Amino acid sequence: MIAKSLLMISVLSTAMTAHAADEPSIHVQQPHLQGPRELQEQTAKAVVQDYLDSWQSMNKALDQNRPDLLDRDFVGSAKEKLVSTIKSQRAAGVHTSYRDRSHDVQILLYSPEGLSIELSDNVTYDVEMSSGGKSVGKQQVAARYIVVLTPTEVRWRVRIFQAEKQ
Amino acid sequence: MRAGIPIFIGGLALGISSALSQTGDLNLPKSIAAGVPFSIQSTGSGKGTLYIVGPGQMIKQDVQLGGSIEIATGALYNAGHYSVWIASDSSTQSGAIDVTPSAKPADLTFIAKPSRLPVSLHNGITGSAYVFDSYGNLITKPMQVSFQLSNPGSAPQTRTVETRNGAAWTQMDSATREGKAQFVARVGDVSSTRIVGQVPGDPCTIKMSAKPAGNKIQLVTDPVRDCSGNAIPDGTIVTFTETYGASKTTVDVPLKKGIASVQVPAHRGATISVASGVVLGNQVRWAE
Repeated sequence: MIAKSLLMISVLSTAMTAHAADEPSIHVQQPHLQGPRELQEQTAKAVVQDYLDSWQSMNKALDQNRPDLLDRDFVGSAKEKLVSTIKSQRAAGVHTSYRDRSHDVQILLYSPEGLSIELSDNVTYDVEMSSGGKSVGKQQVAARYIVVLTPTEVRWRVRIFQAEKQ
Repeated sequence: MRAGIPIFIGGLALGISSALSQTGDLNLPKSIAAGVPFSIQSTGSGKGTLYIVGPGQMIKQDVQLGGSIEIATGALYNAGHYSVWIASDSSTQSGAIDVTPSAKPADLTFIAKPSRLPVSLHNGITGSAYVFDSYGNLITKPMQVSFQLSNPGSAPQTRTVETRNGAAWTQMDSATREGKAQFVARVGDVSSTRIVGQVPGDPCTIKMSAKPAGNKIQLVTDPVRDCSGNAIPDGTIVTFTETYGASKTTVDVPLKKGIASVQVPAHRGATISVASGVVLGNQVRWAE
């Protein structure tokens, strides 16, 4: 059911992708779920959307060295690590931007009690660093992220955000 | 917020090199375990600045070019992908390094649900666990997690589950006897314990007896138990209903010391029934 729905979404969204050149391309694979809990289409869509939004928040927070921009999308250890990075960047006069180019997302686990969803994301992004207002370098990165999100009042927030060795 | 999820189904080209140098590539390990020391070989001469940059950590330090730059034990410890640059007035060298979680588990996030449930419920208790190293990195390499549910007076239930992407989960049956169960998740030397309260289920049957008490009828139930023989908790409501002709009288009585007791008006030919929740007990016809 989810696969069918995502296929329908894909048809609708291809045009959106074409109109939004700056937006990353998104590929959502059919969930490969372990666990007994059924994943509703609405939940799957919300969790992927919230995860993708978190990249925007992270990019802005690390670019502007503003930890408060993480509040909406991050919680727990993922937030603590990002806040720590921002503090280090601020102390060193460094700014970084993480511009995501493409995502290939697959939901891996909906925990039985419904308190976490784990997904993988084969993501490509550009990372650019500047120090003292001067660009130091830019790299294109392909990485596989393992992400755990937990439900909060109104949205899913990223609790674990970790790139794996490719 | 982005407008929505733009999704397309199809292949995705991921053939992008992980590090494109600016003016020169650095010689450094492709990956290290979290917190492990390593060295970076730089070229050139004079002074420069080293940057190790990732979402999980950022390191900046002054370095001497043309030699080995040592990164100390515990300096780079958050698992993830890092871009590395060494910049000087005349050149920029770049590279990348992956930091992997250390192999030894040091922490376990264990969620057991629910904290309280009725006895004899198949797969009623769930537990899920995420395994972390001493730096708080999710260990994604498969590991064996042992789940054990110990009930007082019965053999423990044990399951061993291999983690996938750092997570493991299981389901257990609640015991037939009420009481507190210890639910333990263990990986290596690390364990985490949760207490699960198992309470009696619904009443299995209700048996009521009636005897005269002056101009009233004294109604008393036998001790009310669930189908496993556990006493139903005091406070559970038992409903007595007396029907006489066109009139009906209903009395709700909480269980006290396992039984419910009440007096109702005595009417010859009245029918009295007893129930609790969805369970209907016996019926008495008052003939005196």
